[in-house]
Formats: sequence, C-alpha cells, structure tokens
Amino acid sequence: MTPRKSMHRTLSQIFVAPLLVAIVSTLGLVGALVGDGWWDALSWATLAVPVVLYSLFIWWRKPN
Amino acid sequence: MTAATRSLRRWGFVHKWTSLICTLFMLLLCITGLPLIFHEEIDDLLHSQVKPAEVAADAPLADLDHLLANAIANAPGQVPHFLIWDRDDPNAMFVSVGPSITSDPSKNLLIRMDAHTGAYLDAPDVTGRFTYIMLKLHTDMFAGLPGKLFLGLMGILFCVAVISGIVVYAPSMRKLSFGTYRAGRTRVVRWLDVHNLAGILLVAWTLVVGFTGVINTWADLVLKMWQYGQLAEMTAQYRDRSVPAKLTSVNAAVEVAAHAVPGMTPSFVAFPGSIFSSKSHYAVFLRGNTPLTSRLLKPALVDAETGALTDSRDMPWYVSTLFISQPLHFGDYGGMPLKILWALLDVLTIVILVTGVYLWVRRRRAGVSVDRVIARSSGIESPALSS
Repeated sequence: MTPRKSMHRTLSQIFVAPLLVAIVSTLGLVGALVGDGWWDALSWATLAVPVVLYSLFIWWRKPN
Repeated sequence: MTAATRSLRRWGFVHKWTSLICTLFMLLLCITGLPLIFHEEIDDLLHSQVKPAEVAADAPLADLDHLLANAIANAPGQVPHFLIWDRDDPNAMFVSVGPSITSDPSKNLLIRMDAHTGAYLDAPDVTGRFTYIMLKLHTDMFAGLPGKLFLGLMGILFCVAVISGIVVYAPSMRKLSFGTYRAGRTRVVRWLDVHNLAGILLVAWTLVVGFTGVINTWADLVLKMWQYGQLAEMTAQYRDRSVPAKLTSVNAAVEVAAHAVPGMTPSFVAFPGSIFSSKSHYAVFLRGNTPLTSRLLKPALVDAETGALTDSRDMPWYVSTLFISQPLHFGDYGGMPLKILWALLDVLTIVILVTGVYLWVRRRRAGVSVDRVIARSSGIESPALSS
C-alpha cells in the first residue's frame, strides 16, 4: 500500500470505512440490549469487527 | 493561513489538551475496569461461598417474612434496608442491613439467603476483596462523591478528545489509505499509525462506554432528584408521618405490588425510611424480562401500615437513562463473548492512550512537531525523527 504522493483523498474517501465500522459497532452495542440468543450473536459478530480489523491491519499485513 | 487550517489547528489544540489532562485517569479507569468486566468470575475463583440448597426448578420460594427474620437473627442490632433478588442466581437473595434505617447504605452488610428454604447462607465482608478495591478505584478513587464527579469530568474530557480526534484524523490520512501501517518506518510513525487506526476503529465503543461512564458518576445525584421529584410526589400525603412502629408483612407487600404491575418480576424491596422509599412505604421495584426492560425498574409503593397499594409509576426519563447506561458501560448484557470483546476493546483503548502520550512526548523532546510528521506522512521523514 504505497499511495502516490500527489494523490489527495477527499473527506468522504477518508471517512467511509470509519463510518461503516462505527455504524456496525453501534448495531452491536444496541443489539444485545434488545434480546437474547440471535441478538447476542449479532452483537458479538459486529463488535468483533474493530478488533479483527485492527489485528488484520497491524499484524497480518505484509510490511511494505 | 487559510480558515480551514486555523480551524484544524484549533481542533488539534483541543485534542492535545483534553487528552493530556485525562490520560492518567483514563489509564487508571481502563486498567481497573479490565478485571471488573469479569468481577463475578474473579470472585468465584478467589472466594468460596455457601451454596443454596439444590431444589427442583419449580420449587416454591420461601416466605419473605420468614427469610427476613432468619437474616436479622444472624445480624443482631441491625435493621433491614433492602431485600434484593440475586439477578445471577435465582436460588439466592440478599438482605442489606445497617445499624439504623438512616445509616449510610453504602456501608451496609449484605447477607446472602437461600431463596427457597429461607435459610442463612453467608455474609462475607467484601471490602478487602480485590474486586472491591478495583471497583472503588474505578468509581471514586476512595474519595466519595467528589472523586466520582471528578472522574466524570475526566470522562467528559475523554469524550471531547475522541470527537476532536475524529477531526484531526482527516488531515493525517490525506495521503494514506484506511488501515495503513507503515511497519518499516521509525517508531513515531508506526505508533502514529497505530494510534490513528485503533482510535478511529473504536470511536463508537469509546464514546458509548465513555459517556455512559460519565452518566454513572451522576447516579447519586439522579437518585436525589428522583427522591425529591417523583417519590415525593407519590407520597405527598404521607409527608409528615414517621416510620410505622410495626410493619406489615413484606411478603404480602411484594404480592400486592406484583399484582398491581402484572408481567414484571420483583427486583428489590426498599424498606420504609431507607433512601429508596418514603418513611411509610415498602417500595417494591419491579423489572421487565428482556435484556433492556430488565434494567428498567418500576416502583410500586405499598403502605407499610395498612398493606394497601398507594401508587405505581414508571420512573422518569433521567432515571431510565441512568439504568440503560449501566449495561452499556459494564458490557454485562451479552454473555461471556461480549465480556471478552469488552476486555479486548478496553486493551485497545489502553493502546490508544499510551501511543497518544508517546506521540506527545516525542514531539516535545525532538522539538519537531508531530503535526509535521502528519502533514508529510507519506513523504520524507524529518531527520530529527529518523534516529
């Protein structure tokens, strides 16, 4: 991942991924409050997203 | 300097100072909060407790007056403040007792009772426990209400730091794709990437846990507001009465309350004169049966002289807000997997705090602005930082 020096990303490009992660984790935070069973499973899956992404980006990506 | 640059600088200033002021306390909160996520498991591991009798699932519950008498017989000179159903163990109940009905309930002794036989189980002194010390450090640093409100203020600064962090994230990522980690670069660049990535991934969680934590610091004030508001209204006609010399049956009071509010389960009873009731009433607090409604309590006030229902109302919005903010802060509403995720997210928050302090120290020591590293983040590093 070596972005070209001249390439400037727009605000929407910068924030689209963080926004998706925020929406997904908010779903997870609310989900387990609503019900048990499948709702719990939904919240485990969605709240795992930030943790999994962090691990992927920091540990499992090949260094450039 | 353009207006946009000036505005960004201001946000950078806000991010730096709100973070710096709260970091030390946030580290304390994150570190003490980590074992608190698993407080039940830790207590079970470190301390043995008397187990309630093994009974069939549909075994009848003990008469509450009998259970209460057994509890008081084991705590001479004490008076009951609260009778509490154990959320986690339907076979056990607690009787919370103090030296007098007006004594400080936070110093009460909690007596565990068998919910089916009504027999005394145990009344361990929890104040020396590891989880108790963590809880005190986490909620008020052993400094009472001022300590609590101070930590609440730190929580507000933390929330501002998260929000300003979102703003300063943008210029930092102008030339980088989402999730960039420049593994081959110097530590200051790597840790900046870690700080940015973890910070932006955790925005929703840190804001929710941070802000619900702030709300929890206001619990004492919310309770006072409720006492002087709704509770006073509901018991206005009883205002000048004193605590009845002889109380009616608590078992009957719970039955009256359960009958008045069908479909809800009793959660705890506050005795007349205790902080959650008037001087003349049993306040029976009932809860719903879903993860959300089980947090929302509804009081039914039963006259402790006549045994008749006085009133039952839903609690006002500010109390409901407090109740809902509790599970969202504790992470105890979705089983063990949710607790484990809570712990992982907590550890990542510690990573954000530590990398944040490092970036600030580095900037001061090198005399080179991290802003500049940010500004030319895909370009050549400043020679001062490439050591």
